[in-house]
Amino acid sequence: MWGLWTAVGLVVAAGLGLGLVFAAADRVALTGAGPKALVEPVRSALRSLLEQRRTTLAPDRLLWRTACAAVPVLALLSMAVVPVGDRTLLSTSADLVWFNAMEALLWAAVWLIGWGPNAVHSLVGGYRFLAQGVAYELPLMFAIITAGLGAGSLRTTDVVAAQSDLWFVVTMPVAFVVFLGSAAAFAFWGPFAAPAGADIAGGVLSELSGVERLLVEAGRVVLLGASAAMAAALFLGGGSGPWLPDPVWQLLKTLLVTAVLVGVGRRLPVLRPDRAVELAWMVLVPATLLQALVVALLVLAGAYG
Amino acid sequence: MNDTLLSDPAVIAVVVLGAVSVGSGIAVFVVDSMARATFALLVSFLAIAGVLLALDLVYLAVVTALMMTIEMAIMAVFMIMFMMNPAGLMPMTMVHNGRGSAAVGFVAFVALTVGIWTTDWPSRRGQPPADTTRQLGEAIMGSHMLVMLVVGIGLFATILSGTILATGRGRYDRFGADLRATRPDDPTPGGLPR
Repeated sequence: MWGLWTAVGLVVAAGLGLGLVFAAADRVALTGAGPKALVEPVRSALRSLLEQRRTTLAPDRLLWRTACAAVPVLALLSMAVVPVGDRTLLSTSADLVWFNAMEALLWAAVWLIGWGPNAVHSLVGGYRFLAQGVAYELPLMFAIITAGLGAGSLRTTDVVAAQSDLWFVVTMPVAFVVFLGSAAAFAFWGPFAAPAGADIAGGVLSELSGVERLLVEAGRVVLLGASAAMAAALFLGGGSGPWLPDPVWQLLKTLLVTAVLVGVGRRLPVLRPDRAVELAWMVLVPATLLQALVVALLVLAGAYG
Repeated sequence: MNDTLLSDPAVIAVVVLGAVSVGSGIAVFVVDSMARATFALLVSFLAIAGVLLALDLVYLAVVTALMMTIEMAIMAVFMIMFMMNPAGLMPMTMVHNGRGSAAVGFVAFVALTVGIWTTDWPSRRGQPPADTTRQLGEAIMGSHMLVMLVVGIGLFATILSGTILATGRGRYDRFGADLRATRPDDPTPGGLPR
């Protein structure tokens, strides 16, 4: 039996570990660094802690600081329903909605990070984040619910168990891609990095320094790592696989998803946020709805056991 | 109330979160910044989501948190679209018709409180189901389907009419008076090549 605090500590450590791995993979993709890439995120984190903090004229300190702290907290809360070694910290009848709700709370947090410092580039970045959010939120909801539909349950462990015969990625490729794309967009990373774009001097991140920058950057990579683990659980059969024990397979699949996400995401150009909504609503919403329809018909035909 | 009820963590959570919800609801009318008012309202709704979580209604709790957060964020988008001071960084009063709204709020509060404490509530029969999410789904897709469909279509019609009333450009501006233009004439191009 796990004690509750041991379990919480384990899940937090898993989240931070996945975040560190993602940050290292990201650095390898950007700079072509070797094994040193694993040390570099830790080193820049320590540097952030020692750095002198900057502030702006008349910021809204309460909302700004709350939002900075909220980003890593929400990323770790989303880990609560991600399987770590065959079980989840929190197993409810609505795990998938929990995961999405923690991501959605980032809407509020990131907009506030943009609004808080009373600075124009930062605010523009916050609004860019919302503009992208309006685009991908609906396709993401359809993608997540498609996995729940195939399993007949919103519980993560049930979704993993329902893939014992066939991984969901085979029948739900569109949902899989949309899920990973939305994770990148929630972390405003890769092709969705316009809210923190160089054309607006770093956008939402422009006025962050010291521990606040560390919190936000850590939250972003933890969310990406958690999403990679969740994608492995929802679409790649979780821990199922031959010879090796389940947690090892789960980890290997998560690392594979991380590598693919970084490899593809860093090769795509940054999407202009004013183009995102039309693309998402004219292409992705119909595509994810069709995907849900196909899965619903397969469920009726008894394809998922 | 007896001692066992008050020492139940769920009851304590409901009481504390209820107080947080009312407190941050009041804060909406006290603060002098648009962002603080918006996020005080969000805290109020999140406390309600916490109450639902304490009552073991997980699906309703997370859906409340999800929808209310997105709603507040959309409100921030509307702020920049329609307000004269889109950033809201200058202190400004957040109250319109202060006396009237205070009176309406007070009367509603008194009516609800009196109703809650004077109603002869029935005692519980049976047990709560193991899976409240499934029960909710079966109710929505079964016995309450008609109500939910009417509400859903009503909400959708409201969204459409709100958008139509708010937009300055209709299809005649985009596709010409005879609607024959092959490409819409938009001030900013969308994401699709058309």
